[in-house]
Amino acid sequence: MLDFAWLILLFPLLGMVINGFIGNRIGKKRVSRVACAAVGLSFLVAVGVFFSLLLGSEEHGRTVSLFSWITVGDFQIEAALLVDQLSTLMSLVVTGVGFLIHVYSIGYMAEDERYARFFTLLNLFIFSMLTLVLADNFLLLYAGWELVGLCSYMLIGFWFERPAAADAGKKAFLVTRIGDFGFALGVMLIFATFGTLSYGQVFEQAPHTLTTSLATVVTLLLFMGAAGKSAQIPLYVWLPDAMEGPTPVSALIHAATMVTAGVYMVARTHVLFELAPLSMTVVAVIGAATAFFAATIALVQNDIKRVLAYSTISQLGYMFLAVGVGTYASGIFHLTTHAFFKALLFLGAGSVMHGLAGELDLRKMGGLKDKMRITYRTFLAGAAALAGVPLLSGFFSKDEILWHAFNRSVILWLIGIVTALLTSFYAFRAVFLTFWGQPRERELFEHAHESPPIMTRPLVVLAVLAVAGGLIGLPHLSAIEGFLEPVFASHETVHATEASGILEWVLMAVSAVVAIVGIVLAQYMYLVAPGLPDRLSKRYAPLYKLLFNKYYVDELYGFLFVRPFQRLAHFLDSVVDPVKLHDALFIRPFRGLTSFLDLVLDLQVIDGIVNGVGSFFAKSSQVLRRVQTGYVRNYALSILVGAVLIITYLVLSGGLR
Amino acid sequence: MIPSSYYLALSAIIFVIAVVGVLVRRNAIVILMCIEMMMGAAGLAFVTFSRYLNSLDGQVVVFLVMAVAAAEVAVGLGIIVSIFRHKETTDVDEINLLKW
Repeated sequence: MLDFAWLILLFPLLGMVINGFIGNRIGKKRVSRVACAAVGLSFLVAVGVFFSLLLGSEEHGRTVSLFSWITVGDFQIEAALLVDQLSTLMSLVVTGVGFLIHVYSIGYMAEDERYARFFTLLNLFIFSMLTLVLADNFLLLYAGWELVGLCSYMLIGFWFERPAAADAGKKAFLVTRIGDFGFALGVMLIFATFGTLSYGQVFEQAPHTLTTSLATVVTLLLFMGAAGKSAQIPLYVWLPDAMEGPTPVSALIHAATMVTAGVYMVARTHVLFELAPLSMTVVAVIGAATAFFAATIALVQNDIKRVLAYSTISQLGYMFLAVGVGTYASGIFHLTTHAFFKALLFLGAGSVMHGLAGELDLRKMGGLKDKMRITYRTFLAGAAALAGVPLLSGFFSKDEILWHAFNRSVILWLIGIVTALLTSFYAFRAVFLTFWGQPRERELFEHAHESPPIMTRPLVVLAVLAVAGGLIGLPHLSAIEGFLEPVFASHETVHATEASGILEWVLMAVSAVVAIVGIVLAQYMYLVAPGLPDRLSKRYAPLYKLLFNKYYVDELYGFLFVRPFQRLAHFLDSVVDPVKLHDALFIRPFRGLTSFLDLVLDLQVIDGIVNGVGSFFAKSSQVLRRVQTGYVRNYALSILVGAVLIITYLVLSGGLR
Repeated sequence: MIPSSYYLALSAIIFVIAVVGVLVRRNAIVILMCIEMMMGAAGLAFVTFSRYLNSLDGQVVVFLVMAVAAAEVAVGLGIIVSIFRHKETTDVDEINLLKW
């Protein structure tokens, strides 16, 4: 079965090609069928591969070589797929969640003019993401990495008529590009060090070849790429703006799959990160800081999609915290559960938007509980999973990360647990403001309606996954850790011995209590005493404004980077611009030279000679033509004179003798 | 026997009279006649030298000159007749269109 892994890639590619070329002619229904079938078939193949790995004898997965991609002398890059437990699990998440979101999009995008374009791009994205995940070497990984960035750009700016969407697309592309720059440098450094880019060879040689300092440089460069793609401090600013894209895109790319590429990459290259303790610390600290930082911003945002966007950044921070403390399996576990519940939350938010004619402002919603029953229940399940309500998926995965963080450092755990409190608070703030209480805008409320079944069914499936997804990672029975063990073998065993004792259960109880406290707090503030948030925001106005304006980070970046660059660009444009420089150096002198040649040399000298010759003959012929009198006598006389002269000459010179 | 110089002097006198005739007369036919006179004078000179040098070459040239003169008269008179038909005159001063 593993040999058929390339089919996972093939189907989305086919779907993209079909919809890309004839999508506009075959009608919306066929477009959506092709796109969904492509991802669905891909998912089925992934399931097959998954089970053959789970039940089969091959422990370490396999490299499936497709073709030789680049061959220059000894240097060779294979287009090869690494089919192991990690990449298979990622493929399952990408194609599974991707399929549900494709189905949802049929309903969500039904009215859109560029329907075929949308599904083409979604298929292209699935293909690119799978390339990234299944790649067997750093170059193919990088190709997939850039392709998903491209898809992200085009899908954020899908409604490019709106300047905000076009700008958000550009911002996302440029900010992630900063990270990609580091990533590319890291890949080059790996090649310079090892002379190969294949995972297997690099990881095998790394312990012997890499010094600690070199490993630190390489891994920090790689992490720079991860921070850009996965929206970590300081490169997270693009993700909230990316919500300008269609909601299924936010769910698929900016919550469930693409943004987790950084986590996946760190987990995939953990062999290198293990060699650089400093980098591990950096990853963990940045993860924890981002988790906390983004969660505080999410507390006060009024746009439902932005709340979810900051929540995504925060949860990605948790994942980096997990891989930073060396527990890759729990990072991947959280990645998986997060894909379920965050996709669910985004799609739920999309469903609310759909029912409210595009309204996103939490302050205008309220009381939708009974109008949108399915959306409400599934959204509630997603929010509960996000908040970490005991026994739901988010609880297990987050708790495991916190437990491992505790083993590393109490401070990291403290940050994590405070963030967990904030998380459950803002998650349920969104739930209460949207679905509970009194409707705040009569008009909107009257027209609110439940979304069509094609949109609610994926919600139900995702809700089931969000609720039950935790079962794959129950503490001490963790199926996912066992499954991923061959990939992360050397490290999990170390942690497994630590994971024991009553302390773990105490910590678990603490996180459960924290989740409940957050929910109760949200209920008190937004349902029992609805005036309280306003009073608080007035009382702590500076803090509120700081959070509401997202710590002014966008403004800071604008001041530090964007405007200086604009000024520099303006300077370069007006002064150093090659065109203008070229103009000054060459064009103007040449223009002077040619005008000299033209006006002086050509018009005066050359034309003067030519005209002078002409007018000389004209003038002299004025005189000479008088000779032609027309009288025969005159001609005869001149003949006579001529003859006399010639004879005289001959006689005098003695020529006759 | 009359010396050759007499013949040559006569030839020169006739030639000069003919040249003056060409230059001063206006009637085209008279001019044509004067040209014939010049040829006749030249022919006389040729014959004189032929005799003087005891060579027949000069007499051959005279025959050639007579043939040319006959042809020339035929063409020249034809032109004059044609001009006369146009302009009702044979005065060469009237026939002066070919000029500046």
